[in-house]
Amino acid sequence: MKVAVVGAGPAGVRAVEQLVRAGLRPLWLDEAPDGGGRIYQRPPAGFRRGAAALYGLEAKRAQALHAALDAAKPAAEWRPDTLVWDVTWAEKRLHLLHQGRAEAVEVDAAILCTGAMDRVVPLPGWTRPGVTTLGGAQIALKAQGCAIGPKVVFLGSGPLLWLVAYQYMKAGANVAAVLDTTGFRRKLGALAGAPHDPVTLAKGLYYVARLRAAGVRVAEGVTPLAIEGEQPDAISALRWRDAAGREHSTACDAVGLGWGVRPELQLADLAGVPIGFDTVQHNWVPQRDALGRTPVPGLYVAGDGAGIGGAVVAEMAGACAAQAVLDDAGLPADQKLVNRLQRRLRRQARFRAALERAFPFPISLAATMPDETILCRCEAVTAGELRAAAAPEGPHGAAPEVNRAKAFTRIGMGRCQGRVCGAAAAEVLAAQLGTDAAGIGRLRGQAPVKPLPMPAWQGESA
Amino acid sequence: MRLVRLADQDRPEITFCFEGAACTAREGDTLLTALLAGLAGFLRQSEFEDGPRAGFCLMGACQDCRVMVEGQGRVRACTTRCTAGMRVRRA
Repeated sequence: MKVAVVGAGPAGVRAVEQLVRAGLRPLWLDEAPDGGGRIYQRPPAGFRRGAAALYGLEAKRAQALHAALDAAKPAAEWRPDTLVWDVTWAEKRLHLLHQGRAEAVEVDAAILCTGAMDRVVPLPGWTRPGVTTLGGAQIALKAQGCAIGPKVVFLGSGPLLWLVAYQYMKAGANVAAVLDTTGFRRKLGALAGAPHDPVTLAKGLYYVARLRAAGVRVAEGVTPLAIEGEQPDAISALRWRDAAGREHSTACDAVGLGWGVRPELQLADLAGVPIGFDTVQHNWVPQRDALGRTPVPGLYVAGDGAGIGGAVVAEMAGACAAQAVLDDAGLPADQKLVNRLQRRLRRQARFRAALERAFPFPISLAATMPDETILCRCEAVTAGELRAAAAPEGPHGAAPEVNRAKAFTRIGMGRCQGRVCGAAAAEVLAAQLGTDAAGIGRLRGQAPVKPLPMPAWQGESA
Repeated sequence: MRLVRLADQDRPEITFCFEGAACTAREGDTLLTALLAGLAGFLRQSEFEDGPRAGFCLMGACQDCRVMVEGQGRVRACTTRCTAGMRVRRA
């Protein structure tokens, strides 16, 4: 039986580990040259910082995952530097790209562990050099030992905001401010009395306390207004409004921003997995059962790509999906392990719900962005242009959902395929049409999921 | 945009070529690091004339950091390793 595992982050590592344990030799694909995913990404050879410096309070977990990763590589058909750019599941075929060469492989089953990326809300100036996602700012530090600028502001909401700011401060970077769009009361209200993960909460409070103790400016309940700069290739300040309505301008050379993360689900989408809107995490997620089985036979999803749960959940979900593969193939599955992991996953899901309530996606911030804001950075489509697509008096009538609006405006039609702007664009259009994100739909996935050199595609070999 | 080298920077220097000029990087740098920790300032001009760009996600998703590498064509600077002798241009 040939099982493919796509992705070598926390979910992929634990999935492969279980398949290997059952005597299989899975085909293991990752776009990156090494595994670990983005959360436990290792720097290239020649970097010397140890796990404690790289992963902080998560060092032990990172080291355990790296050990499992390195042990599983020789036991699997490990193919790093390999992009899966399409899935044609009628033939159970994965389409790969490795060093500029395309190839198709046929498998019996696949576990998609495709991870997540930052969810962003565009604001005027966000396309300027000097602005990155929170995840990007973290990768610059972790994998390259660099800060995104001499003086950095972190903006957004969610656990990553505080974690990245803390990591920057600890590494000796100049953190000018941490600006949280969620008010303190909202967070407190969501966590008080709700089941939450005491360890995660304690870590969060620790990061906030350390930042404050270091004298970093911290503000909650803020409204970002614009990122400004005198030179076109640099920024000089972030303008924002505090909870009391006062306007501020914080001088900085870089801004890291993000509001939680969203699943990378393009491959599941292309494989025909139904995608539904999850109102708790305010994300589109592939349909799956508790173990990661999708309604498409032979296709499984695990980790953040299957719905946001974080790295701890991803490890357990990866192991469960592998057990589901074994069970469905009539191979002996470890039911005891599955039962134990399922209990822990149910508990984590309750914690997650509290976390999502504490750090909700700022719908109104997205919906009310100024008309002149570049919303789609690939195609330079403004929020105003998208709003115009919702007007019934336009040449084509009103776009009733987001894919129609894409056809009218080219929003989400660029090289990122709406990964970056899709979530915010949906809110802009939904507000204009008087509906919500679930009602406005989502940008459908298209192959190739990432740009492909034409000669590679023409030469695909099966 | 200027990246600041903070940690793990005692790696051997390598030289590469950007827009015809010799530049230095360190072994293990991505092209994005090599260019933006240097003096490039930005990586490309938006084809819609809304200004220069220098990447955004740094994890291979947003496709905003593309540059031209001789012999390889258009690549993402954030996921491409800078190697000695590489000849790079703005995309």
